[in-house]
Amino acid sequence: MTHSTRRILFRRGVVLTLLCLLVAGPLFAFGDKATTPPAVPTPENPRVRLATTTSTDNTGLLDFLLPEFTKDTGYTVDVVAVGTGAALTLGQNADADVLLVHARALEDAFMAAGHGAVRRDVMYNDFVIIGPAADPANIALSANAVEAFRRIQASGAIFVSRGDNSGTHVMEKSLWQRAGVNPAGEWYREAGQGMEQVIIMADNMAAYTLTDRGTWLAVMERSTLGIRYEGDSLLFNPYGVITVNPAKNPAINAAGATTFLEWLTSPRGQQLIAQFMINGKQLFYPSYRE
Amino acid sequence: MGALRHSLELLFSGDREIWWTIGTTLQFSFWSTVLAIVPGVPAGAALFLGRFRGRRALAATVNAIMSVPTVVIGLFVYSFLSRSGPLGGLGWLYAPAGVIAGQSILAFPLVIAMTYTGLQKLDPRYHETLLTLGAGRWRRLLGILKEGRFVMLQTVLAALGRVSGEVGVSMMLGGNIRWYTRTITTTIALEAGKGQFERAVALGVVLLAIALIINMASHLAVRDAA
Repeated sequence: MTHSTRRILFRRGVVLTLLCLLVAGPLFAFGDKATTPPAVPTPENPRVRLATTTSTDNTGLLDFLLPEFTKDTGYTVDVVAVGTGAALTLGQNADADVLLVHARALEDAFMAAGHGAVRRDVMYNDFVIIGPAADPANIALSANAVEAFRRIQASGAIFVSRGDNSGTHVMEKSLWQRAGVNPAGEWYREAGQGMEQVIIMADNMAAYTLTDRGTWLAVMERSTLGIRYEGDSLLFNPYGVITVNPAKNPAINAAGATTFLEWLTSPRGQQLIAQFMINGKQLFYPSYRE
Repeated sequence: MGALRHSLELLFSGDREIWWTIGTTLQFSFWSTVLAIVPGVPAGAALFLGRFRGRRALAATVNAIMSVPTVVIGLFVYSFLSRSGPLGGLGWLYAPAGVIAGQSILAFPLVIAMTYTGLQKLDPRYHETLLTLGAGRWRRLLGILKEGRFVMLQTVLAALGRVSGEVGVSMMLGGNIRWYTRTITTTIALEAGKGQFERAVALGVVLLAIALIINMASHLAVRDAA
């Protein structure tokens, strides 16, 4: 065997080994999938697609609730975490089976347009305004949330907006409107990202932002910002669950959606929501009344 | 450097989710590459062998499609796969099938173009010899593909590299659903945005390793051919 053929054979060996590594990956993945625990009951269509706000996902609430839901009902929930506006659009296009959102006015419009089948109150918490420790806009001195927003704009401090028509963004826009401020200019940064991402961005810019308390509690360890204003009743943040109208499309998993809605508003679902804590603090308060 | 070490520790600490994500990514890449290669290689070879009007224009078009951004392809496929779109009945949106479909569409023009340009670099005498020996169309196609097997290998690797590293299609069509359609790239986008860099960096290292493996294999294949 000549030197050069041996080299070629060696290289072929290397190429083959590398390719085997790449192909072995998928096989490994198949093996891994089999180890996920099987569900107890077996519904006909076991995948339910939930479109929800980033706050329920970022806080870890869904990671806490969904395994219990699966254990109780056999349904697996595929979570698409977007803003409330986008979640409602997914529902409108029948690309989600059930929604968990927080923008009451948008939810009512969704129901009025016939896109939803059933809507129920699920839980609530509140919004808070977070900002740098120095509080350059002195919003801690504000008498109410509207004044806090006015102070931020007047101070020239940076404000990071979700900018994604999420429930938080809708609330933020209504506060600017009440404050008589047109939120535009160099100080106003529209991120177009989820709540957790926006908090991290605000931190990097030493800026203010509006957040739901749940996401803040989940992220605060990783942030140097702090709550600078809280407590106005305007900042009340209620969440609703909506099943998408199954008449829109036969592909909608109506049974799964209804099971999810019923479970979330059942005594067990409500109790679990109340039990969900981060560092000993409760994030969401159950609110379903029959 | 401490952060990097933490990330590497995460990789080898038996974290089930991180390995699940890597496995899923490779699985998606594998199938989308297969689905792009099966029609793409013969199409590229036909483009090389064919003698028809508008062949050059077609080759130029394929080259142009190759540079369409992944999010545009994602958007295009999304509009078809949405339940309110024409293929909504398939239930592929926000499911692995949707990601694989989008990625194979992404890789398809790349496979055609690489096959086409790769075969052009082969010794033209080979094809001429086949012609003078009186080989038929299919015989020539097979002969060319056999002679150009290193071109094929490179094409496969390029397609694998393209689909395993893209984020637009996976994000839009997969929806980044945990334990279902979450891939390496969508996890990196998510975790970095959340300020949780350890997981992002760990997966970044894996993605880099995959790209390196692919490039090394591709490089060796070329040297082998020469």
